[in-house]
Amino acid sequence: MLNLKEVKKSFTEPDGSDLPILDIEQYHVEAGEQIVMVGRSGCGKTTLLHVIAGISRPDSGRVKVDDWDITLFTEPECDRFRAENIGYVFQTFNLLPGFSALENVLLAMRFTGGRPDKARAKDLLDRVGLSHRMTHKPAMLSVGEQQRVAVARALANKPKLLLADEPTANVDSGHQQQILDLVRKTCEEENVALIVVTHSPEVAEQFDRIDRLEELNQVAVYK
Amino acid sequence: MASLLTAISMALGVSLVVGVLVVHSVVDRSFRRGGEGYDLVVGPKGGKQPLVLNSVYYMGRPVGTLPYSYYEEFVNVDGRFAHQVEVAVPVCMGHRYKDCRVVGTTPDMFERLTYRDQQEYVFAKGENFKDDKPFEAVAGATAAKNANLDVGSTFQALHGDATHEQEFTVVGILEHTGTPNDKALFVNMDGFYLIHDHENREAQQHADHEHTHDAKGKCTHKGCSHGEKKISAMLLCVRPISPGQSRILARQINNGKDAQAVFPSKVIAELFAGMIGNVQLILLIYAVMIVIVAGIGIMVSIYNSMSDRRHEIAVMRALGASRSTVMMVILLESILLSLGGGLLGLFLGHALIGALSPIIIEQTGVAVSMFQFRPNELILIPGLVILATIVGYLPAMVAYRTDVAKSLTTTP
Repeated sequence: MLNLKEVKKSFTEPDGSDLPILDIEQYHVEAGEQIVMVGRSGCGKTTLLHVIAGISRPDSGRVKVDDWDITLFTEPECDRFRAENIGYVFQTFNLLPGFSALENVLLAMRFTGGRPDKARAKDLLDRVGLSHRMTHKPAMLSVGEQQRVAVARALANKPKLLLADEPTANVDSGHQQQILDLVRKTCEEENVALIVVTHSPEVAEQFDRIDRLEELNQVAVYK
Repeated sequence: MASLLTAISMALGVSLVVGVLVVHSVVDRSFRRGGEGYDLVVGPKGGKQPLVLNSVYYMGRPVGTLPYSYYEEFVNVDGRFAHQVEVAVPVCMGHRYKDCRVVGTTPDMFERLTYRDQQEYVFAKGENFKDDKPFEAVAGATAAKNANLDVGSTFQALHGDATHEQEFTVVGILEHTGTPNDKALFVNMDGFYLIHDHENREAQQHADHEHTHDAKGKCTHKGCSHGEKKISAMLLCVRPISPGQSRILARQINNGKDAQAVFPSKVIAELFAGMIGNVQLILLIYAVMIVIVAGIGIMVSIYNSMSDRRHEIAVMRALGASRSTVMMVILLESILLSLGGGLLGLFLGHALIGALSPIIIEQTGVAVSMFQFRPNELILIPGLVILATIVGYLPAMVAYRTDVAKSLTTTP
């Protein structure tokens, strides 16, 4: 489902020199598989998710999602592919403050070019336990509720791959497990492959497959 | 909040544009109405515009005078031009009462002339002055109100700084006409002649001979000049003998050395284009500049908000929005703010006109309503969309160029 081959990514330092971030020889995720990616801060976990999602382009190498090599796409093609096939849950939820919970979910549907499926948006919010909070703006929702809206939004377009960047980091301990269970359960129900990035051992130990970025990444500084 | 304020400033700018357009239309209609109801204005040789300003709008000083005998060439059966003329109404200017011009004329002014689309003069009170009652007067609607005159009131006309002792009695008050006549007082021209004749006689102390006067007050004494009557101008309705008869008559008059004939509508159009048109253009430029400044305000407002919204834009991009989509969102915001402000401005402008319509009708006679739209107001909508697109382009480009990865890792 996801294949990375010889992916390299570096950033340019202010002095003009290159700062290598990623150098991954091979990486593979099966359809519907649930993986946790761990690694210390600054080792490139978020950059890896950005490369997989097509938000950042690798300097070299191939990124295949569902047999589509997204490195060959033009930027608009990549944007459309991401909207249709990849869900993204952020550490800071990143709900748009001017929109209600339902509108946030519907907004994600608009980027596929089709008509927003209101029934599915409501169903998703119902499944994450927010059927009674659909018209509430993010500021009126608790932190846990906001992240549940973010999960519903990420699944709005029936993606094949869900990327969750520290989804429980900003949630209080009482809600962490609830959010994690929700993400895993809905991904399982929709047969969505899941990559959760975390530095939390409590989260990591719940997954059958734990990938350590330091082991995957050939950049010397992280070894 | 900043966006709301800039939209309000746009609304004020647009309401000013609406105001200027409507005021222009009111002045235009009010101005053009003045010269309706007759074909030619005949006056002494000189400037065309001063003649029309004085004899049609009762503004400025008379260009000069025409001898009464010249007027008789148009009204007497054996007059040179009489066969070409249907109506000839003389006007004598140079007198005033309070802030109103006093116009010496004949009853034909209201009996045989019309105004605005062939409408006949109607008296709100009383009746027209009579030919054989030299000291009767008629007041225009606004003049009667401003000078506090009613039927039966009397007034003394002022000539320069001197007041004539003889009083005129108001016998009629006209309905509103929306023409300059609303602001004038009309007296029997013979009354003027009798006053002047009487005063001249006293001044010259012609005690050595007796004077007799004919029906028009002209002195019949041989060699005496005090009875030489004059008029300021004439308003002519030309008999439609053949097509272009007005031009033929005007040419004949202008070829002579006594007088000039002008087409009031043509002179008014020139006056409007040359003077009022330029004032309107300047006002319109100012109003449009206010709209442009408001547009720049919208640009500054959106541009300043971009640093706060960069994270939101990055989130939208991460969810699959393309660069052009987020660019369109910002442009759309700019257009909505401009159009919203513009529509509010249209409403405000027309509401203001609606509120001021009673005053406009009273001052100009032109009826305006809140829902009376000028065709050139339609240009405001595409104009605002173009302006919004231009001013929204800079912040839209900021959205377009947002570095998604960098902005996502920045805490909002």
